[in-house]
Amino acid sequence: MTSTSVRRNKATGLVVLLAGLVITGVGYAAVTSTAEASVAMYSQTQIDQGKQLFQQGCATCHGLAAQGSSEGPSLIGVGAAAVNFQVATGRMPMAQPANQAPRKVPVYNDDQIAALAAYVASLGPGPAVPSDEDLNTTDANLAEGGVLFRTNCAQCHNFAGHGGALSNGKYAPSLMNATPRQMYEAMLTGPQNMPVFNDKTLPPAEKRAILKYINELQTAPSPGGLALGSLGPVTEGIFIWTAGLGALLAVAVWIGAKVR
Amino acid sequence: MSTVVDGVGKAIGRADDRAPISSLLKDNLRKVFPDHWSFMLGEIALYSFIILLLTGVYLTIWYQPSMQEVVYHGSYQPLVGIPMSEAYNSALHISFDVRGGLLIRQIHHWAALFFMAAMVVHMFRIFFTGAFRKPREFNWVIGGSMILIGLLEGFAGYSLPDDLLSGVGVRIVAGIIESIPVVGTYLLFFLFGGQYPGHDFIPRLYTFHVLLVPGILLASVGLHLVLIFYHKHTQYPGPGRTNDNVVGFPLFPVYTAKAGGFFFIVFGVTVLMAAFVTINPIWAYGPYVPDQVTAGSQPDWYIGFVDGALRAFPNWESENFLGHTWSWNILIPCVLMPGILVALLLSYPFLEAWITGDTREHHLLDRPRNAATRTALGAMAITFYGILVINGANDIVAQAFNLSINQLTWFTRIGVFVFPPLVFIATRRFCLGLQRRDRDLLMHGRESGQILRLPHGEFIEIHTPISDDEKAVILAKRDIAPIEAPPATDENGIATPGLRAKKWRAKLSNAYFGENVKRPTLAEIEAAEHHHHDEVAHEIDVLHEAGAPIPSELTD
Repeated sequence: MTSTSVRRNKATGLVVLLAGLVITGVGYAAVTSTAEASVAMYSQTQIDQGKQLFQQGCATCHGLAAQGSSEGPSLIGVGAAAVNFQVATGRMPMAQPANQAPRKVPVYNDDQIAALAAYVASLGPGPAVPSDEDLNTTDANLAEGGVLFRTNCAQCHNFAGHGGALSNGKYAPSLMNATPRQMYEAMLTGPQNMPVFNDKTLPPAEKRAILKYINELQTAPSPGGLALGSLGPVTEGIFIWTAGLGALLAVAVWIGAKVR
Repeated sequence: MSTVVDGVGKAIGRADDRAPISSLLKDNLRKVFPDHWSFMLGEIALYSFIILLLTGVYLTIWYQPSMQEVVYHGSYQPLVGIPMSEAYNSALHISFDVRGGLLIRQIHHWAALFFMAAMVVHMFRIFFTGAFRKPREFNWVIGGSMILIGLLEGFAGYSLPDDLLSGVGVRIVAGIIESIPVVGTYLLFFLFGGQYPGHDFIPRLYTFHVLLVPGILLASVGLHLVLIFYHKHTQYPGPGRTNDNVVGFPLFPVYTAKAGGFFFIVFGVTVLMAAFVTINPIWAYGPYVPDQVTAGSQPDWYIGFVDGALRAFPNWESENFLGHTWSWNILIPCVLMPGILVALLLSYPFLEAWITGDTREHHLLDRPRNAATRTALGAMAITFYGILVINGANDIVAQAFNLSINQLTWFTRIGVFVFPPLVFIATRRFCLGLQRRDRDLLMHGRESGQILRLPHGEFIEIHTPISDDEKAVILAKRDIAPIEAPPATDENGIATPGLRAKKWRAKLSNAYFGENVKRPTLAEIEAAEHHHHDEVAHEIDVLHEAGAPIPSELTD
C-alpha cells in the first residue's frame, strides 16, 4: 500500500478524526487535572448499578435521564464530587421539599453512593471525588488557613464554623460534623446556597489550608472554658441574664430574707 | 496590749485633730437601712464596678493601645505569622502568655456585662416602686446617665482588642456617626483622625476607656451614694413604716457585714464564671481586617437594641435633600430612637410629677400595682426594648429556631408598634385587678374555703379577716385625685393663662389616675367589719334557734 492509497482509504478520515479527538480529549483532561479522568475510576457495573439506584431514588425530581425537572436541577456535569457530598451527608434524597436540604443520616451505603457517583459522572464531565492526596494537610499552613477561612467562609459559617443564618430561612450549616472530603467537595461544587470555590479562585493548596484550620476548630479545646456554642455575644448575653444574674439574685434574696 | 490600744487611740486622736473622723463615723455608722433583697440590686452594680476597676488596672499593664502593624509570634498557633495591630497582639499576649491574663480578661468582661445588667435591673426596681419621686429625681438622672455612660464605656472596651468582632462594631459606629446630618462626615474625620479606620481611634478610645469615663463613673457613683445617705433609704410599706421614719438595721454592724459579704459573693460568682465560661474569644475572631466579617457579628447585649432597630429599619435614604445625603435608615434607628429613649428615661420623674401634680416627698415606696399606669408604661418600655434586642440577634434566633430572617424583620417592624400598647393595656388591667383584690381583702377578708350550710339551706363561705401586717401594707396606698381642667375664664371673665397646656395636663392626669381603685376609707372598713359582725351574729342566732351546734369559726 502506498502512502497515497493510505491517505485515500475510506477509513483514514475516521481514524484521523478519532485520533484528533482522543489527543484533544486527553490533553484537555491533563490540563484540567482530575476532573474528567474520574469516569475511568468507575467500572461499567458500578455505572449500571448507579443508574438503577438513580431511577428508583432520584429520578422523581431529577428526571429519568438526570436531565432535571421543575422539582430538581439537572445533574448532567455536576460530577461525582457533588453526588458524594449530597448523598454521603444524607442531604439527598430530600425528605420533603424545603428551603434547604438538612444534613441527616445517609440513606445509601458507601458502595451505593459510589455507584450513584459513577452513574452521574458517566453523564458528563464534572469534579471528581477528591483523593486522599487532595486531602493531605500535612504541609498546609494553619495560620494561612485561618486567614482564608475568615476571608471566604466566616461570613456565612461563623468565625468558629458553627454556621449562620442566610436570607429567607436558608442557612449555612455548622461545619463541626463535616469530614474533610465533604468540605473539599462542597468547595468544588457549591452545594445549595454555597458559591463554587473552584481551583482557580482557591487553589488546592489553599483549600487544604482551610481544611487544616477547620480541623483545628473541630478538635482544639476551648482555651477560655465552656464556649457557649461559639455564637458570639448573644449567648454571652443570655448567660449573664439567666445563670449570672439568677445566681446573684438568689444570693440577694437569701441575704435579704428576714431573720425570724 | 495596752500600748497597742494607747497607740490606736493616739492615732485616732491625731486624725481627729485634723479631720472630723469620729464625729462622721458616729453620725453615719448607726444610720438605719431597711432590709429587702431588691435593695441589693444596685450593690451588684457597685461591686461589679469595683471588680472592673481592679481587673482593668491589671489589663492596662500589658495592653498596647496602638494600631502599629506587627507580626504575631506568641503561643497561639493558629495565628502565628499573621500581621495584626499591636493592640490585638497585646490582647492575645494577655490571653495566652501572661499568667492569669485570660482569667482576668474574662473576669473583666463578665463583670462588665454584670455591671450593665445589674444597673438595668436596679433601675427597674427604682422605676416600678416609684423611688425616683421627690426628693430623689436628681439621683434618678444620675443613675440613668450612668447606664448611658456605662453603655459607651462597654462599647469602648469591646472595641479595644481590635479583633474582627470589635472592628465590625467600630465600623458600624463609624457609619452611625456619618449618618448625623450635615456634620457627620466632619465628626467622623475629627474622631478618627481622618478616614476610617485610620491609626488614631484605638489610642483615643483607650484614653476614653481607662481615664475619662471611669473618672466620670466614679464621681457619679460617689454622688449617687452620698445622695442615698442624704435622702435616707426608701422602704416598702408595712407595719410601723411611715413616710417619716426608716425601719431597719444600722449600717454598722449589720449592713457592713451583709454588704461586705455580698461583695465577696459577687466577686466569687464573677470569678467562677470567668474560670469556666468563655467570653469574647478574641483569638477565634482573628485580627480585624476590613474585608472580613463573621456570621453572628453582634454587639454586647446592652447595645443590642440599637443594632436591632438598625436591622429592622427600612432602607430609606434621601439623596441631595437640602444639599446633603440623609441616611434615614441609620439616623432614625441609631441616633434619634436612642436619643428619644434616653430623653424620656431621664425626664420621666419630672414628666410624672407634672402629670400627677404630686409635689409631696415620698420615702415610702409604691407597690407597682398601686401605680397602674406607671407600671404599665414600664412594661411597655421593656417590651419595646426587648423586641429590639431580640431583633438585634435575628440571625442567631433564625438559626436556633429555623426561622426566616426576613420574616423576623417584618415581625419586628410591626411588633414594635403593636406589642407595647397591648402590653400596656394588659399590665394596667392586671394592676387594677390587683387593686380591686386588695380592696376586697380589706373589706371582706380572705375567702377561707370553708363552706357552711345553714339550717334553712343557705350556703355561706366564711371569710377570715387579714392580719394587721397585711392591712398595713394595703392601707399604705394613697389616692391622688386627678387634676381638673381649669375654667376657660376666671370669675372676672379673664382668660386663664396657658389654658391649652393646663387642659392637656388635666387630660393626661385623668388618663393616669382615671380608673384607679379607691382605697376604702377607715370608716368604710369599719362599716364592713360591723356588717361582718352582724352577719355572723345573725348566723349564730339562726343556728341557735335551730338547736344546731355553733362552728368554732363563727365564734372566734
